[in-house]
Amino acid sequence: MNRAQRGAAGSRGLGTMEVKSKFGAEFRRFSLERSKPGKFEEFYGLLQHVHKIPNVDVLVGYTDIHGDLLPINNDDNYHKAVSTANPLLRIFIQRKEDADYSAFGTDTMTRKKNVLSNVLRPDNHKKKPHIVISMPQDFRPVSSIIDVDILPETHRRVRLYKYGTDKPLGFYIRDGSSVRVTPHGLEKVPGIFISRLVPGGLAQSTGLLAVNDEVLEVNGIEVSGKSLDQVTDMMIANSRNLIITVRPANQRNNVVRNSRTSGSSGQSTESSLPSSTPNILGSLLQGEEESDEEDIIIEDSGEPQQIPKAAPTSESIESLSQIELLHEPTQNGFLPSSEMNLNHSAGSISMEYEVPEQGQKSLEEDGTIITL
Amino acid sequence: MRRFLRPGHDPVRERLKRDLFQFNKTVEHGFPHQPSALGYSPFLRLMAIGTRSGAIKLYGAPGVEFMGLHEENNTVMQIHFIPDQCQLVTLLDDNSLHLWSLKQHGGASELREEHRFTLKGPPGSPPSATQVTAVLPHSSREVLYLGTESGNIFVVELPSLRVLEDRTITPEAVLQRIPEDNCNRRSCELVEALQEHPKNPDQILIGYSRGLIVLWDLQNNKATQHFLGSQQLENLYWQRDGSKFISCHYDGSYTQWPVSSDNRQSEPLENTVPYGPFPCKAISKIYWQTTKNGLPYIIFQGGMPRASYGDRHSISVIHGSQQTAFDFTSRVIDFFIIFSSDPAAEFDDPSALVALAEEELVVIDLKSAGWPAVHPPYLASLHCSAITCSHHVSNIPLKLWERIISAGSKQNIHYSSMPWPIDGGTNIAPDPPQRDLLLTGHEDGTVRFWDASGVCLHLLYKLSTVRVFLTDADPNDNMNTLGEDEWPPLRKVGTFDPYSDDPRLGIQKIYLCKYSGYLAVAGTAGQVLVMELNDEDAEHVVDHAEADLLQDQEGYRWKGHEKLKTRDGPVRFEAGFQPFVLVQCQPPAVVTSLALHSEWRLVAFGTSHGFGLFDHQQKRLVFVKCTLHPSDQLALEGPLSRVKSLKKSLRQSFRRIRRSRVSSRKRRGAGGNASEVQEANAKFDQDALQEMELAPVQRKIEARSAEDSFTGFVRTLYFADTFLRDSSRHCPSLWAGTNGGTVYAFCLRVPPAERRMDEPVRAEQAKEIQLMHRAPVVGILVLDGRSTPLPEPLEVAHDLSKSPDMQGSHQLLVVSEEQFKVFTLPKVSSKLKLKLTALEGCRVRKVTVASFGSCKTDDYSENDLAVLTNLGDIQIISLPFLKLQIRYPCIRKEDVSGIASCVFTKYGQGFYLISPSEFERFSLSTKWLVEPRCIVDMPEVTSNNHVHNKSGPENAARKSRESGKGPDDCGEDERKSGRLMEHALLNDEKVLKEIQSTLEGGR
Repeated sequence: MNRAQRGAAGSRGLGTMEVKSKFGAEFRRFSLERSKPGKFEEFYGLLQHVHKIPNVDVLVGYTDIHGDLLPINNDDNYHKAVSTANPLLRIFIQRKEDADYSAFGTDTMTRKKNVLSNVLRPDNHKKKPHIVISMPQDFRPVSSIIDVDILPETHRRVRLYKYGTDKPLGFYIRDGSSVRVTPHGLEKVPGIFISRLVPGGLAQSTGLLAVNDEVLEVNGIEVSGKSLDQVTDMMIANSRNLIITVRPANQRNNVVRNSRTSGSSGQSTESSLPSSTPNILGSLLQGEEESDEEDIIIEDSGEPQQIPKAAPTSESIESLSQIELLHEPTQNGFLPSSEMNLNHSAGSISMEYEVPEQGQKSLEEDGTIITL
Repeated sequence: MRRFLRPGHDPVRERLKRDLFQFNKTVEHGFPHQPSALGYSPFLRLMAIGTRSGAIKLYGAPGVEFMGLHEENNTVMQIHFIPDQCQLVTLLDDNSLHLWSLKQHGGASELREEHRFTLKGPPGSPPSATQVTAVLPHSSREVLYLGTESGNIFVVELPSLRVLEDRTITPEAVLQRIPEDNCNRRSCELVEALQEHPKNPDQILIGYSRGLIVLWDLQNNKATQHFLGSQQLENLYWQRDGSKFISCHYDGSYTQWPVSSDNRQSEPLENTVPYGPFPCKAISKIYWQTTKNGLPYIIFQGGMPRASYGDRHSISVIHGSQQTAFDFTSRVIDFFIIFSSDPAAEFDDPSALVALAEEELVVIDLKSAGWPAVHPPYLASLHCSAITCSHHVSNIPLKLWERIISAGSKQNIHYSSMPWPIDGGTNIAPDPPQRDLLLTGHEDGTVRFWDASGVCLHLLYKLSTVRVFLTDADPNDNMNTLGEDEWPPLRKVGTFDPYSDDPRLGIQKIYLCKYSGYLAVAGTAGQVLVMELNDEDAEHVVDHAEADLLQDQEGYRWKGHEKLKTRDGPVRFEAGFQPFVLVQCQPPAVVTSLALHSEWRLVAFGTSHGFGLFDHQQKRLVFVKCTLHPSDQLALEGPLSRVKSLKKSLRQSFRRIRRSRVSSRKRRGAGGNASEVQEANAKFDQDALQEMELAPVQRKIEARSAEDSFTGFVRTLYFADTFLRDSSRHCPSLWAGTNGGTVYAFCLRVPPAERRMDEPVRAEQAKEIQLMHRAPVVGILVLDGRSTPLPEPLEVAHDLSKSPDMQGSHQLLVVSEEQFKVFTLPKVSSKLKLKLTALEGCRVRKVTVASFGSCKTDDYSENDLAVLTNLGDIQIISLPFLKLQIRYPCIRKEDVSGIASCVFTKYGQGFYLISPSEFERFSLSTKWLVEPRCIVDMPEVTSNNHVHNKSGPENAARKSRESGKGPDDCGEDERKSGRLMEHALLNDEKVLKEIQSTLEGGR
């Protein structure tokens, strides 16, 4: 039945497209010529007209196919909105003065439900100075380099965000061998390498991964000693929030950091690996939290809903929030974050190592909840 | 992640874990894969079997078994027991000799390798000079005679395995006393047989390949008599009194020769070609057994007419006018005769023929009329038809046990009533604590019921589902249609028959309710049979229903096999499990999951298209649910059919090979061939390896999507009485999990018993859970208010389990290949999870709830999950908190079929196939352990008529050497014992544990 409707809309959609616009509590419905959407300014005028708010400055947003609220503020994103609307273009209008910029961006539709993150990010509710262009929230992140501050310069930790099914992750891995510096001199050890990038795939489009990069960790778990199949399974199991630490084959594009002493670059990869382990927890916690909300339940053939978490005890919430707070930098990691993370002092880093473990321990003993 | 957190864990729990869990591979059940040699000790009454992988297994009375493994993993070519000793010598195909002995250690006997030895020739001599072809352990127990390809016979001292060079019998010495004109140097090439004179230990008979036979006097080092055979020699056998011997030959003839001291060169008494006059195949071994009535038993292997019966694997028994050629289902490796071993007895008086074929052991009772076969208590050919699935049921009630045994005994009436003739050793293992059944489903549509309580896996009963269907396979089509006057008088023996004519009959899932005796069996062509145990033969109509799992799907085309045709009208069933309901899934895809609830009288079944529920009381289909994703073309068309057809064509070509295969070639000929094959294989492997290096294996990294094929494949079905809709009322429910990570829950309404026939069972979908990681759901379980898994149906009714806690809130455990997740019920919210794959890169292959009892206290036990991963590791995960307790490597990860075949028991044991014909049994529990524990005592040597003159001083010298070496030996033994059987399972954790336990013991 659903399909029939969609089909009908499709045939009609060749000519016109339905628009549902919301301002405050009011809805307006009108139609647009899909083939000739016109310019953004005309559309902006039209919206002001239909809502009868001719002199109010507003921000215009729409929900895209993934359910994210994205802004319309120029011709390009206006045309994008029109071309992807199917079958209906949902428009949300806010007054500029009381606009909530954080409403835009990834997971905006689901984030609202996440009480924890709202509590933990009080700044979400504050108004921010208005910059129309280059708001990070205006874009959906597809990848980011994270943990730059704690990884050796020769390594890169890349996070890939997988949305929907339109774009494949698009890479292959293979067995190989790499040379390591060990106490016994140079040693050849087996390793896992990226063997191929699918053209047009997510991995290729990020530009952060390349053929022959050595994979060192998958979501914080070291891959050494694991077989190709094991690593494949780990990556697929984490595919919704995949964090891979690689040693790029091309070491020329590495971020050069001043905060490190010159001795650090001389460190062998082995000595630096343990230091990166504690942070694993951070990445993982985050990853698990996200995927936790994703299972879906349909009760009595009703509407699909996300499965909530069973209410944790208050103690656990405390420890949870502790961790979350401490990891806020990485929580926001989808910002091109090298800048942000560079601001960290060494002191705060060491804190990061210890406290999460404590929090974790208390969880272990508590034994009532380990949903992380 | 938990790995990082483990330091700082609870020491009390750690101690408890040691009392609960322990990993052991305990015993191998079934028939050794690729047997290559057979030996028997009439003195110990033990039989030894060697295999191509270098294993050696000793069997005596039921429960008495030992296993050893040669480090080299080379084929065992020959096994010889040292007369009147607990020792044996093995010859491997790398020409090494190994001396094994049975020694008592800690109250039980153990098989250990004592020495190893490789015969070395003079420098520069060709390898054939020392290639051992015949081994004779001398009755003095001090020396071994080794015949070689060069014709030299080396003498090796026991037990040191040192060559006594001055005693070597060279061809030159042999030829000295033989007239030049009939013999030359070449007639002494290759020693084919060595036999000691039965009455005079100073004389041995040497048979050379080209037909020359020499009676050699060990005292005087000279040939006392020689016999010129015209045919290539295969083997020799002495008559009991030593007055005659018999030789058998390559042309299928055997010859009797008289032995007398006054005649230097003897003429044969009699030369016979038993299956002549046309050319015959070789007779490779022969026995001549005397009896009281004067008529001897002549028993020989081979000799069939080359043209028409050359492909048969036969052993013929001739006794007066009786003659039978036992026709084996696979190549005969070797055989022996059990006869009177009392040296004082006048006659051999044979009682049984024991033949080791490639795929099974057959024992023929020679005392009873008609020479019936004896039902072996062990060494069962599990693979007589390929095993397709297995199911284990613990703790069978005595009543059901007896009924199954009685049904089985009616099937075994054609077996001899003779007690098992190989009865050496004493089984000192405690009686099994409970009666366990292992059910194996086979490709030919049979289900075999095995007594898996103890060390001997013993066939109790065999059930065939074939009779329900009309198949091309005609049950009367056996090869044994020869009439009375047929020649040769072939008689088929053995049960091995791996060639199923209709693969659709294959059994895929089995579920037995031990309380009600209901059995559900499901097969390859979507057939589901529900059966009931009946102690009498019966003839009845099987109710037949069809379950259309595709219902409203359109445009579908099934390209797989057709459904099985059913027989119309009543069918006669023998006593045992008799089917009364047949449900056929449409399309007839392989049944992938099955559940039976004997209390509600419901059976649920699933295929790659969906699942259904059938009420076998009212014989009515309750509902079906299609789980197919519309885009899943593969499942729609049935790709399994392609796999199947490939398998079928393979089977056909095997059959062709089997028909054309030329039967048992000469041992040595085959040996040469084998090395060639090995070489070729090695080359192939190398090439393959190189190729692999050129094109490295790649793995695609892609998220699993809903469109992947086989998402609708139903992996698991589960009945539970739980809170599905609201927390005040519980109701019967059916749960199903698919390959695409979906869980469906149906609320069932089962009418009360008094109205059970009047009202229909109703079902309504109540929940559908989609796991977003979309991994296949392999297990569903409901935990009660005390977090205990719900009991099995009827368990509570039989007072064998506490009734579940229906007051507290229930929890749902969903196990996917990647994660364990606990949800609350009735409102589904996620409570706990354990991500296995994301952390370790392994996937769940098998999961079961097992009860573990403490070995320290009787009153503590707990339920845990036993999990087998795709890496072959076994993990124990606690309930309900999902914490990894312990991990053991169990199966090699390359052994895919081993991992697929694994079944866990309810008490922490398990089985998996190590070869098509062998189950390895393992135990995770400290409390429930079934392993062989037996003792072999040296029987008193009744009369020692083998006194060797020279042995006095040498013997003493040997003894002193031995005692001097004692302590060292002991240390070596300690070291070796751990290696026995355990080569594959030795692992760090175990070693660590051992060290730990010894340290603690020291304190």
